[in-house]
Amino acid sequence: MVGKPLVSIVSAGLSRFGRRTGLYGRELFAEAVTEAFERCPNLNPKRDIKAVIIGHMGESYEHQGHTGPTLTDWSGLLPSAAIRAEAACSSSGVALRIATLALLSQLYDIVLVGGVEKMTHRTTPDVTEFLAMAADFPFEQWHGLTFPGLYALMATAHMNRYDTTEAQMALVSVKNHHNGALNPKAHLQREVTLEKALDSRVIAWPLKLYDCSLITDGASCLVLTKPELAKKFTDTPVHIIGSGHASDAIGLYEREAFTTLKAARLSAKEAYKMAGVKPNDIDVAEVHDCFTIAEIIAYEDLGFCEPGKGGRMIEGGTTRLEGKIPVNTSGGLKSKGHPVGATGTAQAYEIFLQLTEQAEKRQVKGAEIGLAHNVGGSGATATVHVFRRG
Amino acid sequence: MIMTETSLPFTIESFYRLISEGKLMAAQCKRCGRLLVPPRLMCTDCYSKELEWTRLSGEGKLLTYTVIHVSSKQFESMVPYAVGIIELAEGPKMPGMIRDIEPKKIKIGMKLRVDFDTALPNEWPQWPRYYFKPA
Repeated sequence: MVGKPLVSIVSAGLSRFGRRTGLYGRELFAEAVTEAFERCPNLNPKRDIKAVIIGHMGESYEHQGHTGPTLTDWSGLLPSAAIRAEAACSSSGVALRIATLALLSQLYDIVLVGGVEKMTHRTTPDVTEFLAMAADFPFEQWHGLTFPGLYALMATAHMNRYDTTEAQMALVSVKNHHNGALNPKAHLQREVTLEKALDSRVIAWPLKLYDCSLITDGASCLVLTKPELAKKFTDTPVHIIGSGHASDAIGLYEREAFTTLKAARLSAKEAYKMAGVKPNDIDVAEVHDCFTIAEIIAYEDLGFCEPGKGGRMIEGGTTRLEGKIPVNTSGGLKSKGHPVGATGTAQAYEIFLQLTEQAEKRQVKGAEIGLAHNVGGSGATATVHVFRRG
Repeated sequence: MIMTETSLPFTIESFYRLISEGKLMAAQCKRCGRLLVPPRLMCTDCYSKELEWTRLSGEGKLLTYTVIHVSSKQFESMVPYAVGIIELAEGPKMPGMIRDIEPKKIKIGMKLRVDFDTALPNEWPQWPRYYFKPA
């Protein structure tokens, strides 16, 4: 039996993703917040919202720390309690988890949860270095590892153990670019051919440019309420019915295996159990495709296929827009873009659109149950949330 | 094997100090036997603080690898370079650069052994680097 609502999403906002030259992170966040408020005329933000929970990874990009109150201030939500969650690329997945707990605690009735990252004004080597701070500095960065490098270590291991191919990984890119081309807020709204993806320059062998997500500017947010209050704000809420969150060793080298993310498997198990659903009940999913191999591993960790069969799953078309479990209808991190702190709640935004029939050209007909899978770093953090149409 | 370094605390700083002397050392838990590479101040399996330094053979086999073409600034002069995860003969796994071999000839499962680049950088953290090469 499908689980009862834990909390409800009554509105959501997303800035346009891309190279947003001339804008500061807090301004992008205000863009997302404005959309969420405009979508929900019954909400009086200053009166109703009592806490703001924000995912934000790095102070280095904008020389700006203390971003909890900064974003609360610039969203017009003072004197709300401001909480910043930092868990690398899963910062706002963790923020969503904390927001859920905050409402379940009964201390708050309505909270704003979101995330932001402004990245494109920095050089690629700078961004590479800032992102690498989410790995194990004394043993990974110190020996030259980068984030593409860490996922490349997983890709090589997956290829060696399961015969996964570079072409299968490239198919993830082709699929997600196809979806992103249908998303007016995506960073790169264009198709890519298999040939072009395979011929792109090597970043960290076996990963090439088109295996890597984008360095992007963006912000995302959700307005969350207790389920019993949801209908005051909207006739079409989306309920969160399952939430999972787990940690693993900070160093990839310490993990039991390099072909799976244990924290993601444990998060999925927790979320599915709470939600009372099984993998084959999921109608639409947003998964953390920071690199193409990560989406293949996500299929396996989420139970969409057996371990080792992710490469064959992408070939079979099951996860395409018209397949049985469409994955990354937004374009994913690959095509929509990956402003790291914003990604977790941006995934939830897409699921909110899908479960309220607002996803336009990429709408999955009649989707009832959705899932979002957000990974921090090389897998030291993972969150999985399961959503149901209200 | 108890070494003369027994007075060093089981820290990352000590680990790299030993690397600068050409020694790859682990902290071994006296209670449960776990080998901690890098060392930790307590055994995170059984919480014992009863540890001792143990010298590792430095030999192992390659579990997985990548060839980095786009690096952070400090490694830009070295690209492309290979980095792998090595399973040491004693069991623990470690990441490290793989040098003295053409990247195309690297194979998962190949035997590697540790070597040391003891040059110290000028700025924090002033650690030397170990690396792996074909055995």
